[in-house]
Amino acid sequence: MNERPLPLELTRAQERIENIASDYGLTFFRTVFEMVDYRQMNALAAYGGFPTRYPHYRFGMEYNQLSKSYEYGLHKIYEMVINNDPTYAYLLEGNTMLDQKLVMAHVYGHADFFRNNMYFAHTNRKMIDTMANHATRVRRHQERHGIERVERWIDACLSVEDLIDPSAVFHVPARRDEQDEDGAAVEPARMPAKDYMDRYVNPPDYLERQRRELERSREESKRFPARPERDVLGFILAHAPLENWERDVVGIIRDESYYFLPQRQTKVMNEGWASYWHSKIMTGHVLTDAEVIDYADHHSGTVATQPGRLNPYKLGLELFRDIERRWDKGQFGPAWDACESMAERVHWDRELGLGRDKIFEVRRIHCDATFLDEFLTPEFCDEQKLFVTTRDGRTKKNVVSTREFGEVKQALLFQFTNGGRPVIELVDANWANRGEMLLVHRHVGVDLRWDWAREVLEALTLLWRRPVRLETVREGKRVRLGHDGKSATEEALESRPGDGKKTA
Amino acid sequence: MPRIQSDVNRFRQIVRGKVREELRKHLGHQEMFGRQGKHVVSIPVPQLDLPHFAHDPGGRGVGQGDGDGQGGEGSNAGKDPGQHVLEAEFTVDELAQMLGEALELPRIRPKGRDELDTSSARYTGISTTGPESLRHFKRSYRHALRRLIATGAYDPQRPSIVLERADRRYRTPRPRPRPSANAVILYVMDVSGSMGADQKELVRAESFWLDAWIRSHYQGCRTVYIVHDAAAKEVDRDTFFRIRESGGTVISSAYELAIRVMAERFPVDDWNLYLFHFTDGENYSRQDTEKCMQLLDKRLLPNLNLFGYGQVESYGTSGDFHEALERHFQDDPRVALSRIPDRDAIVDSIRTLLGRGR
Repeated sequence: MNERPLPLELTRAQERIENIASDYGLTFFRTVFEMVDYRQMNALAAYGGFPTRYPHYRFGMEYNQLSKSYEYGLHKIYEMVINNDPTYAYLLEGNTMLDQKLVMAHVYGHADFFRNNMYFAHTNRKMIDTMANHATRVRRHQERHGIERVERWIDACLSVEDLIDPSAVFHVPARRDEQDEDGAAVEPARMPAKDYMDRYVNPPDYLERQRRELERSREESKRFPARPERDVLGFILAHAPLENWERDVVGIIRDESYYFLPQRQTKVMNEGWASYWHSKIMTGHVLTDAEVIDYADHHSGTVATQPGRLNPYKLGLELFRDIERRWDKGQFGPAWDACESMAERVHWDRELGLGRDKIFEVRRIHCDATFLDEFLTPEFCDEQKLFVTTRDGRTKKNVVSTREFGEVKQALLFQFTNGGRPVIELVDANWANRGEMLLVHRHVGVDLRWDWAREVLEALTLLWRRPVRLETVREGKRVRLGHDGKSATEEALESRPGDGKKTA
Repeated sequence: MPRIQSDVNRFRQIVRGKVREELRKHLGHQEMFGRQGKHVVSIPVPQLDLPHFAHDPGGRGVGQGDGDGQGGEGSNAGKDPGQHVLEAEFTVDELAQMLGEALELPRIRPKGRDELDTSSARYTGISTTGPESLRHFKRSYRHALRRLIATGAYDPQRPSIVLERADRRYRTPRPRPRPSANAVILYVMDVSGSMGADQKELVRAESFWLDAWIRSHYQGCRTVYIVHDAAAKEVDRDTFFRIRESGGTVISSAYELAIRVMAERFPVDDWNLYLFHFTDGENYSRQDTEKCMQLLDKRLLPNLNLFGYGQVESYGTSGDFHEALERHFQDDPRVALSRIPDRDAIVDSIRTLLGRGR
């Protein structure tokens, strides 16, 4: 990327805001702002913020939609930041000075979050270059193998791009368990006993059960993979019989998916953190008297909630503020939890002043799911007027079903666990000894979207080169959906207790 | 060219492919069109969403606020993601092109004068977009300089001027339009009591495509709308499709009016003339039908490129005008006859009417 100097006025504003942010303790990579016009901004947004991506029509589709809704005045992208070192951010040409300052302050919040949140610790900080390399490679494949062929392959990969391991950040991917020697422990262990007592100390039916158990686990260890695998893309990369260019594309899609994963996992926190800091920096330092009204207008615009929706900016910002307040006043710990007196709770203030430290700690170690799990309180829920909606079966309208804390929290967690996507695991890559892939959907009370599930399986048959099957629950019954690349099949399975029930 | 443009082009190409596949469906169902502007038509196509494992929509969600006015909110609930509709925009010319390909229509060869080609374009215009090879160096830098001075970034001590996108100026050709072949389409429609709203809808759908196809072959194209029951009159496009008269049908009145219009405003030497007649085929009397045949034979056909006849069948009844025409002009290449009993027949009717390549 060529760095063009910003107009002098903006450079000064940037220096000022950067200093203020540093004084608050925010740390970030060097941050570069670029001024772009709205067309460039829309193009960048379509590319997920990057100046170069591999050629694919969906970017064009995205761009089309963005430009249209911009032209109709439906939306305007103010700001975009890339998690990279240096961190790049874009300013929209023609915005007022106030907007530019607001965006800068907001960007420094993001930049700090990218650098310090642990979920981003393993992300590639030279992703701009990597993306450009990906683009070059895909172009080369297209030149050799034809646009449509490569495009179809990319489409297939994208259908399963979310089948990666979201906990990858916590462990080294190649893990190996200690293996018993082959043939060890064929017989179950016996308690030493005298002959005449043996029947009672080591009951034969128990021994038999143990033996079967052992056999089963030995069978299991012969399975491939040995234990369920979330990283289906990685598995295909390692084991599917692919051509080199195909393998390369799978790798590219997987790399990019892992890169974007933490951004999906921390949407609420990231936006909340950035909003917290733009409001702190702007209202505390940067605003001039003349700008106050406009600032208030724009700030309230970003944190406005449409009826019946959830705005991540708003939710994150309020939750960070709530945490800061609680830790300032000492509203945590066993004493606080044990206190039942409403009056006491309202006036509870231990004057600890730990709030600032606490939110910095929170932004380091949490992702959205754990953030909400840990810090959502009944008081907060009540204050923010959160509610759960369900679709009324008869009127087809979304209605407020409850404002009860437990339910709200559960619904929120559901929405933010695994990005609201179903959890799918690869359990067997040699199903029925025919080299077919068997996936299992960990059903938690919500069925899969059926037409899409079928299409995804079809895409998988392309990638795996063999039929693919998926066990799931549909309308309370266990089914095995299969696809052999030509047509889909459905088999009913015998039900197991607990199927189709909600598990929290 | 911005990098994104190639992706946009590829996307458009794919969407077009989809529309082309389904063009036959669109032909008879113009109400499927979205906006219909003067030059562009937008056609809704299903979103090109890539599938992924997802929960069945319609589950639970979390909201924030008072929750009042949820009734109003609920009415939006049908707009779940995934049901988005893309609108592909086409110019009428592109549509005509696709129509031609889908129905394998022969191209029209304009009659009359040898085509006077438009004089070769001269690059005298200036625009903000264009190919790099046509960049106007001096003007571009002049703009950049002006901008730098205006923003106060220009330093006379160290004059450095960097072009930005918006500064660039390009030479553009200024074409001098000289129409070489013009066409007039006369639409004649029977609006007597027996023609209902459904029939008019058929005519409207069909005339859109006739229009598009013929227009794509001529630089200048005019349309004239004539309605008739017992008497004929010239109306504008809107009235043409809305008007509802009652009473009998005297077809010759319309033909006479058409002859008059052609004679007064569109001399046959200068214009390619098309006449499309839509009726339910019932005429007032045998004598009048006979008179129509005479008019057609002697006065109309000698001047027309094409006489297209579409008989829109109304409930049960269908007139005998089609048979009369068939008897008289069976083998005349200037005459194309078709019946349009329902929407699905529109495709065939278009093919018949335009299949002559005239």
